[in-house]
Amino acid sequence: MPSRPSKITPMSIDFGAELTARSSSGPLATELRCHGNWSVHTIAALERVLLQMRWPEGGDTVIDGSGITVLDTAGAWLLHRTMAQRAARGGTVSVQGLRAEFAALLQLLAARGLALEAPVTRGPPWLERVGQEAWSTISGLWEYLAFVGESTLAMVAALRHPRRLRWRPILHNVQAAGVDALPITGLLSFLMGLVIAYQGADQLQRFGANIFVVDLVALAMLRELSPLLTAIIIAGRSGSAYTAQIGTMKVTEEIDALRTIGIGAQDLLVIPKVIALVIVMPLLTVYTDVTGVLGGMVMAKLKLGVGFAAFFDRLVDAIHPSSYWTGLMKAPVFALIVALVGCHRGFQVGGSADSVGAQTTTSVVQSIFLVIVTDALFSIVFLWLDL
Amino acid sequence: METVPSGPAPNVAVDVRGVCTRFGSAVVHDGVDLRVNVGEVFALVGGSGSGKSTLLREIILLQQPAGGSIRVFGQEVVGLTDEQALPLRRRWGVMFERGALFSALTVAENVGMVLAEHTDLPAHLIREVSAVKIALTGLPADAGAKYPSELSGGMRKRASLARALALDPELLFLDEPTAGLDPLSASGIDELVRNLRDGLGLTIMMVTHDLDLLWRSADRVAVLGAGRIVGVGTMSELSRSDDAVVRQYFHGPRGRAALEQAWKTK
Repeated sequence: MPSRPSKITPMSIDFGAELTARSSSGPLATELRCHGNWSVHTIAALERVLLQMRWPEGGDTVIDGSGITVLDTAGAWLLHRTMAQRAARGGTVSVQGLRAEFAALLQLLAARGLALEAPVTRGPPWLERVGQEAWSTISGLWEYLAFVGESTLAMVAALRHPRRLRWRPILHNVQAAGVDALPITGLLSFLMGLVIAYQGADQLQRFGANIFVVDLVALAMLRELSPLLTAIIIAGRSGSAYTAQIGTMKVTEEIDALRTIGIGAQDLLVIPKVIALVIVMPLLTVYTDVTGVLGGMVMAKLKLGVGFAAFFDRLVDAIHPSSYWTGLMKAPVFALIVALVGCHRGFQVGGSADSVGAQTTTSVVQSIFLVIVTDALFSIVFLWLDL
Repeated sequence: METVPSGPAPNVAVDVRGVCTRFGSAVVHDGVDLRVNVGEVFALVGGSGSGKSTLLREIILLQQPAGGSIRVFGQEVVGLTDEQALPLRRRWGVMFERGALFSALTVAENVGMVLAEHTDLPAHLIREVSAVKIALTGLPADAGAKYPSELSGGMRKRASLARALALDPELLFLDEPTAGLDPLSASGIDELVRNLRDGLGLTIMMVTHDLDLLWRSADRVAVLGAGRIVGVGTMSELSRSDDAVVRQYFHGPRGRAALEQAWKTK
C-alpha cells in the first residue's frame, strides 16, 4: 500500500506556537512540524500536545523546525527532551530546517548531557523526621548546657581580671536595655497596679476592708508581678535584639572574623550583655515596684477613698522587708536567663535570613517560658523557707 | 569619543545621556553618556568610588539619577513606577556582586521562583527548566538541591547567574562578575560570559575591575572617571589612549601585566 502523508493533529496554541504531526504510515506520528514561538510562555501548552501524540515504537522521526520564529532555552529544552526520549525508545531523530542560531542553542543543551528527569528532592520519611526532631531537641538541650558552661568559664575568667572587662559595650547595653526601657516598663507596671487595685476594690468594699488594698497591691507587685513583668518586657525587648544581632553577625561571618582576630565572641558579645542585664534588671524591678504601687495608690484614692497618707502608713505596716527582697532576688536570675537564652539562640542561627527570624522567635518564647518556670520554683522555695 | 546621534536606534540596548547623580554635595556623575549596542559585551570600568555600580543601579531602576535620560530598549526608564517597569524588568536579568541569592531557598528553588512568578509552567517543567539554567552556568547537577550557604563563592556567582537567566532575558547586567574569585574560577566566568553571548544571543553589560576579564570577554569598554566617560572603545584602542585616567588604569603594573598576557595569547 503506497504511503501517503496525512495530517493528524494540527493544533494551535496561544502566543502563536503550533505543532503539526504528519505521518507517512498510518495514524502514528513520524514527522513533527513546529511553528511559531517556542518559549517559556508556550512550552506548557506545547508539552500537553506532545503528550497526546501517539508515536510508533522505534523507527525514524523527522522534526521540521523551519517554522520556528522564537526559540529560547526553555523551548530548546522541550525540543531536546522530546528528541532524547524518542532516541531512548530506539528510534532515530533528525532535525531539519532549524535556523542556525536555534540549532546552536539546541547543540549547547545537547552538549551539557542533561538528565531528562529533573531530580525531585524529597524529604526523609516521617519516622526519620520524628527521630531527627527528637534528636535535635535533645542535642539542643545539651548545646544549651554547653553554652551556659562556656559562658560561666568566660565570666569567671573575666571577673578574675576585671580590668579586661569591656566597659564600653557593658555601658552601652545598660543604656539600651535599662535606661531606654524605663518609659515602657514604668507605664506597664503603673497600669498593672491600677488594674489590681481596681479589680480588688469591689471585693474589699463588700467587707468594708478598704485599707487592705495596700496589702493586695504591694504584695502582688513586690513579690511577683514587677519582677515577672520586667523580665518579660526585657525578654521581648532585649533578648530578641541579642538573638537578632548575634544571628546576623553569624550570617555575615562577623563571628568568624572575631575569632580569627583573636577576640572571643563570648568576651565581646555575651559577657557584656550578661553583666549589663544583671546590673539593670534589679534596678528596673525596684523602679517597677515603685510605679506599680503608685498605680495602686492612685486607684485606691479614686475608687476606695484611701488617701495617700493612709496608704503609706499601711504600707509600712503591711509589707515586711522580706517581700521586697524575695521579689528583688529573682531579678538577677531572670536577667541571666534572658541574656543567656538570647545570646545562645543567636549563635544557633544557620546561614539564612529565615533562620534569624526562627531563632529570634524561639529565643523570646524560651526565655519567657524559663522565666515563668523559674518564678514558680522560687515560690516553692520561698514557701519552704517561710519567707 | 563617539558622536551620539539623536533619536533611538533599533540596535541600541541601553542609551544613557547626560546622567547626573549627586549624593548630598558630592557629585558622582556629571553628564555621563554611553550606548550599549545589541549583541555586544560592554564593560564599564573605573576606579573605586567612580560611580560604576551607581550607574548600573540607575539603569536597572534601583536608584534615580538627579538628571539626564536613560533608555533601555528605546524606553525611558527614569521616573518609571515599579508597575510600569515590570515588562522591562522581565526582559533583563541582573547578577549582583555578592550573589543576592535567597538564603532560605535552594539554588533550584531560587531559579524556579522566578519562573513560577512570571510563567504558568507546571511544577515538573519548572524543575526541568531550572535544571537547564543551572547546567548552562556550568554548575554540576547536584548543586540545584543545595542552599546558597553550602556553595563556594564561585558557585554562588554561577547560581546567581542561573537565576538572572531564568526568563531568558535579552539583556544581562553583571556587577563585578569575578570579584572575590580565584583566578581559575574567574577564567571560568570569562568563558561563560562569551558562551552566553554566543549561545543565547545576549547583550551583556558588566561592571568590573578585572583586566583579564576585559581583555578576554569585552567587545567595548567605557572608562568612568571624574563623573564622566573619559574613553570608550575596544581594549586595544583604549590601551593606546592619551587620556590620563585611562592611561593610569591600563598602564598601571597590573594593567601592563594583563596587556602583555593579552598580546601573548593573541
